[in-house]
Amino acid sequence: MTISRKDIEKVAVLARIKVDDEQVAALEKDLGNILDLVDQLGAADTDSVEPMAHPLDAVQRLRPDVVTETNQREAFQAIAPATEDGLYLVPRVIE
Amino acid sequence: MQWDIVIGLEIHVQLATQTKIFSGSSIAFGAEPNTQANAVDLAMPGTLPVPNEQAFRYAVMFGLATNAEIGRRSVFERKNYFYPDLPKGYQTTQLAQPIVGPGYVDIDLADGSTKRVRIHHAHLEEDAGKSLHEDYHGMTGIDLNRAGTPLIEVVTEPDMTSAEEAVAFARKLHSLVTSLGICDGDMSQGSMRFDVNISLKPKGSDTLGTRTETKNLNSFRFMEQAIAHEVERQMDILEDGGVIVQETRLYNGDRDESRSMRSKEEANDYRYFPCPDLLPVEIDDAFIEDARARLPELPDARKARFKEHYGLNDYDAGILSADARLAAFFEQTVEHGKDAKLAANWIQGEFSARLNAEEKSVAEAPITGAQLGALVTRIADNTLSSAGAKKVFEALWSGENDDVDAIIEAKGLKQVSDTGALESMVDEVLAGMPDQVAQYQQESDPKKQKKMLGGFMGPLMKASKGQGNPKLFNEILVRKLGG
Repeated sequence: MTISRKDIEKVAVLARIKVDDEQVAALEKDLGNILDLVDQLGAADTDSVEPMAHPLDAVQRLRPDVVTETNQREAFQAIAPATEDGLYLVPRVIE
Repeated sequence: MQWDIVIGLEIHVQLATQTKIFSGSSIAFGAEPNTQANAVDLAMPGTLPVPNEQAFRYAVMFGLATNAEIGRRSVFERKNYFYPDLPKGYQTTQLAQPIVGPGYVDIDLADGSTKRVRIHHAHLEEDAGKSLHEDYHGMTGIDLNRAGTPLIEVVTEPDMTSAEEAVAFARKLHSLVTSLGICDGDMSQGSMRFDVNISLKPKGSDTLGTRTETKNLNSFRFMEQAIAHEVERQMDILEDGGVIVQETRLYNGDRDESRSMRSKEEANDYRYFPCPDLLPVEIDDAFIEDARARLPELPDARKARFKEHYGLNDYDAGILSADARLAAFFEQTVEHGKDAKLAANWIQGEFSARLNAEEKSVAEAPITGAQLGALVTRIADNTLSSAGAKKVFEALWSGENDDVDAIIEAKGLKQVSDTGALESMVDEVLAGMPDQVAQYQQESDPKKQKKMLGGFMGPLMKASKGQGNPKLFNEILVRKLGG
């Protein structure tokens, strides 16, 4: 199975990863190999198999609706690159 | 050319839980930025989400109230996109196996007819944080208190054909979730947000046109305006031979204009997949029956009861029963005020007008149903004239005094209904106005006579210092002048 340059560029944009032209050529080969490997799964007959939501055969436990967390803003903001007025600052986002 | 309008809605309903959907952080409104954002909400490495049972209970209650199938097994998925107010890089939501399956809601239209709007499904998901675009030295401020707030997203079928129907559905949904107590319904704080999908097709055609989505409308008025605006925009394009581009649009209610946010070509590819951090959630019969037992009286039943029990007409019953808090206020008023029709008039009149003027919700009203009830009692037993009642209402509202009888006493608003006292006032006033009395008695047209009575009322009210019962004054006048 092959993956096109265009697909690689699109995936890179979605993942916010910068990929230059030389890397794209190498990725075409590597990702193609991975997809070939995954493709072999297509040979399995899955007609009567229900899609799996989780590998564990278990059910989610739910939590009572009680506040258990306290304010630890100072501790969290101590490791943030930039904060002001209690806000985390990030590079400007334009809608 | 004639066009059919096709409208479907997506509504985000913020659930009135104590804590977030996947963590034990409080979701109380108005806290200092980021003081309610813990390690799970901030997506710190090594944290695991644990779903809130109450969020599921509320979703199931919503499902039961909308005649829906409950998803016995529901699965959380990751919807991947990058935005700084979404720390995990994905929103945890439901897609293929939501908690609430197909259901419906019946809406009442202005012409008296009823229409069924089908709900495709409703799913649980988390809200994102808030981006503050004010200038922080060229940077954007992020408050993650809202991140992880539980929402249900309700997705309708494209069953609505006008702005009126869409707004009627939105109001009905608001009425339902507030009555259920699963949402505070406070639209100004974003507790309910509407996305509207609109397309046009030639009248009678079976083929749907290309649709646009107008996002994040947070009032019924803006919703109505946005639909009218978008229908007109699409109609103009189609009638000029153009094509509609499938896109997401933002509506600016203050300017009544909209702009494209993103088109389908640049639309996000969300790469949904089941969230490996969360196991499937199974809901059993006991959980569903427990939720059913918690269902309160719903708006349709309440409306029927208001008509039956209080003798209200359809219109009054509809308005007073739609909002759970207004309904409770009304019942409290009647409990203390006896006269249901009078209570209904005051709540829909003076009370609602003041709330609107001051942009307050019923919960924020400075007066209680008991106080308004006491006021209604004093109107019904003729202690207060309508002018006096307004003065009492004013004093209650401003907080000048919180006791109706004390206000009546302090302001001297008690109507004089003692016939003897009123009669002597009438005699005195008539004696001072012989010309007008003669004119009245010579007049043969009863209509004109009736009008002339007004000329005596001014001096009478003055003589009684505004406290004479106008109805009794009128009766006495007619009797004395006629005789």
